[in-house]
Amino acid sequence: MIETDQLTRCYGNLTAVDALTIRVEPGQVLGLLGPNGAGKSTAMRMISGFLMPTSGTARVCGHDVGREPLKAKRALGYLPEGAPSYGEMTVQEFLHFIVRMRGFKADLGYRRFHAVVQQLQLEDVLGVCIENLSKGLRRRVGLAQAILHDPPVLMLDEPTDGLDPNQKHAVRQLIDVMARDRTILISTHLLEEVHALCNRVVIIARGKLLADATPAELEARSRYHGAVSFSAPGSGMSQEMLGRLPQVAAIEVDPLDGRITVFPKAGERILDAVETLLREQGLEVSEIQLERGRLDEVFRQITTGTHGGIPAEGVRA
Amino acid sequence: MSPVNAVLRRELRSYFVTPVAYVFLVIFLVLAGILTFYVGDFYERGQADLQPFFVMHPWLYLILVPAITMRMWAEEAKGGTLELLLTLPLTLWQAMLGKFLAAWLFIGLALALTFPIWITVNYLGAPDNGVILAGYLGSWLMAGTFIAIGACLSALTRSQVVAFILTALVCVLLILVGQPQVLDFFQGALPRRMINAVAHLSMLRHFEAISRGVLDLHDLLYFLLSMTGWLLAGVLMLDLKRTR
Repeated sequence: MIETDQLTRCYGNLTAVDALTIRVEPGQVLGLLGPNGAGKSTAMRMISGFLMPTSGTARVCGHDVGREPLKAKRALGYLPEGAPSYGEMTVQEFLHFIVRMRGFKADLGYRRFHAVVQQLQLEDVLGVCIENLSKGLRRRVGLAQAILHDPPVLMLDEPTDGLDPNQKHAVRQLIDVMARDRTILISTHLLEEVHALCNRVVIIARGKLLADATPAELEARSRYHGAVSFSAPGSGMSQEMLGRLPQVAAIEVDPLDGRITVFPKAGERILDAVETLLREQGLEVSEIQLERGRLDEVFRQITTGTHGGIPAEGVRA
Repeated sequence: MSPVNAVLRRELRSYFVTPVAYVFLVIFLVLAGILTFYVGDFYERGQADLQPFFVMHPWLYLILVPAITMRMWAEEAKGGTLELLLTLPLTLWQAMLGKFLAAWLFIGLALALTFPIWITVNYLGAPDNGVILAGYLGSWLMAGTFIAIGACLSALTRSQVVAFILTALVCVLLILVGQPQVLDFFQGALPRRMINAVAHLSMLRHFEAISRGVLDLHDLLYFLLSMTGWLLAGVLMLDLKRTR
């Protein structure tokens, strides 16, 4: 469990994290989402005990990071931003160092070492100096370091940054497996990651908590939530007809590929009505899609405080 | 004390996988030899002792110890590994102690490798080996104090160059402060008691006392307290960085 209470950090006049209060329970994978410089890493550094908060507290598994730092650190597996590690060490030396630092007895430490090497597929690079590894491999070494002691709480600062799609997939699977009985806090600015990994999202910008919801709830805030989009050649006439449907709020045409998006009025379902109308018009629809909502739009809306884009070419009903 | 041990082993290993250790050892041994024979007039004095050898050590350490200690914390701060190290379950004090002991043991190794000169002087005459042993001890304690100073000042900055210069500066001050010329300079300006106190801060005075073979508790305490004090200051410095 991770709890923060009014966690605040100032650098001179700049408030990097502003009275952040969050609580992450076991079984939750919380995605800390925010633009660059939003205070994600600063918040994580305070929870990890690396930085002292200007005010407020952070607790890991009930241990106050300021008062019982060692107990908090033992319960925590942490991947700092950029996955720093000692470049002149080989992967094996580095992980052995972590084994010793975590105070494992020889045989258990040996088993944990082999378990993480296998989990992160590091067998082939054990003898290679970390400074000679690719960015993706270094990140995996950093992850191995974080999960080596099988911690109840995991905190990962941009865990998939710099990985290729296959490696991202592997890391996400790993986090998924670990998520069952653990508390996991990850920071990211990749919205796809939120879908793939998180069952809860906290959005922060300028150090302030702006939203705390499930990914589905966030999507429901999108203008696109419940919208129907389709591609159909020669659909000029039908646009007007669609606009006359009582449930429809607006229609947008993508200027590039001519794809039409029909937006519902609040709380209305329009898929059936749109489909019926298109059939009546005898239009050839190659493909039709019900939109779940677009996280990137919601993200922009929340973090910049503006409403997501005016329709480029819209017919208001 | 397992984390101290882990940090110590990692540090020592990092000296030897990079050329730092070998470059240091070679330069230390070559310089120690040259200074002893050419500047210290080892033969011309016609005495079977290692005074000309030990007398050069403060000046050797002045250049070489900051080169060892400058990277101690500055490199970790710059490379981001400080965050990794300090979020592992160890106290700042344990981290500091591990790094300090690694450097101190390393200098101990360098000192041990000067054994040919000890063999030489025993071959040439019949020196008092007790005095020589005391000289080694004094030299090692002095090196420890220099290292503690370097460890503290390396924690102050991300720049290794700054750490080097600050350490060398503080060390040269501590060497020179007891010299008659410096004390004369203060003669008129400060009361006699103050001048005595300043003279007692001098590293040279305590080192020379020990290397003459006089093991006074007073001198031993001077070095042990200096080391503890500087290391403590370094820990405070690291702690302060977390709040700044």
